[in-house]
Amino acid sequence: MTARVFVTLKPSVFDPQGHTITEALHQMGYAGVEDVRQGKYFELALPGRSAEESRALAAEVAHKLLANPVIESYRIEVTE
Amino acid sequence: MKFAIVVFPGSNCDHDAYHAAKHVLGQDAVFVWHKETDLHGADVVILPGGFAHGDYLRTGAIARFSPVMGAVQSFASAGGPLIGICNGFQVLLEAGLLPGAMLRNTDMYRCQFVHVRVEQTDTPFTNLCAPGQVLKIPIAHGEGNYFADPEALEELERNRQVIFRYVSPAGEVTKEGNPNGSLRNIAGICNRARNVVGLMPHPERACESPLGSADGKIVLDSVVHSLIARV
Repeated sequence: MTARVFVTLKPSVFDPQGHTITEALHQMGYAGVEDVRQGKYFELALPGRSAEESRALAAEVAHKLLANPVIESYRIEVTE
Repeated sequence: MKFAIVVFPGSNCDHDAYHAAKHVLGQDAVFVWHKETDLHGADVVILPGGFAHGDYLRTGAIARFSPVMGAVQSFASAGGPLIGICNGFQVLLEAGLLPGAMLRNTDMYRCQFVHVRVEQTDTPFTNLCAPGQVLKIPIAHGEGNYFADPEALEELERNRQVIFRYVSPAGEVTKEGNPNGSLRNIAGICNRARNVVGLMPHPERACESPLGSADGKIVLDSVVHSLIARV
């Protein structure tokens, strides 16, 4: 299985990088882009595991390492 | 008195810390590679600045799992004086030895002198300072924007754990004096037991006047003084 982990700053946490990107886009004329939030994307290769096991393992490593729970949250997708 | 300076792959202020401890203060100092599991009987431990593991993933996120961190945790739990400077502070946050987290600076990487006010003097690293003393010390970081949720911030203030704040040269907490967007101008904090300190500015780079300031020396002098007082 493959687990995709998306890590993003919590909504309550200001994103300086996203803010800078938004400003650049506005300068480029993309006024329609109201806001940008930057995050991180991980693909975990998890051979020989069920979807359920893969999700549990991905959640464990996301919590311990991939995300910092003080400022970030994560979302997991599991596919074949 | 022996200082242990932990060296992670990517640390680059380890020699500054060594120089300050060994040559400026005249104390014993040793480097401890991050794969080692003991601290050579050190009396003080410094996690220095730099870019441990290239700052990959998040600053300090990989370093906190280095083998040496077990010994560092034990040293801190036993009440030993432990200071994390810049990247070392980020490692302490990721390791949960200090509360909160670092975000990117609100605007950009900043490398400059700043002024910090000593808010608390009852820690091993500030005990020689006068309350409210303003120190001119350099910073060099892109991720020093201190964050903690409102409850954690209140707890920090209630327990007097904010020990350094960015201020104007006159010692006032101002927006202009804050180089990175840190909440409440926080530049350094300590743990509940007060023996673990983290700060973004570099006192070890400001221990001799030819470097532009010798104000940082009092931080290291303080820890030597605290250990002598303890003996």
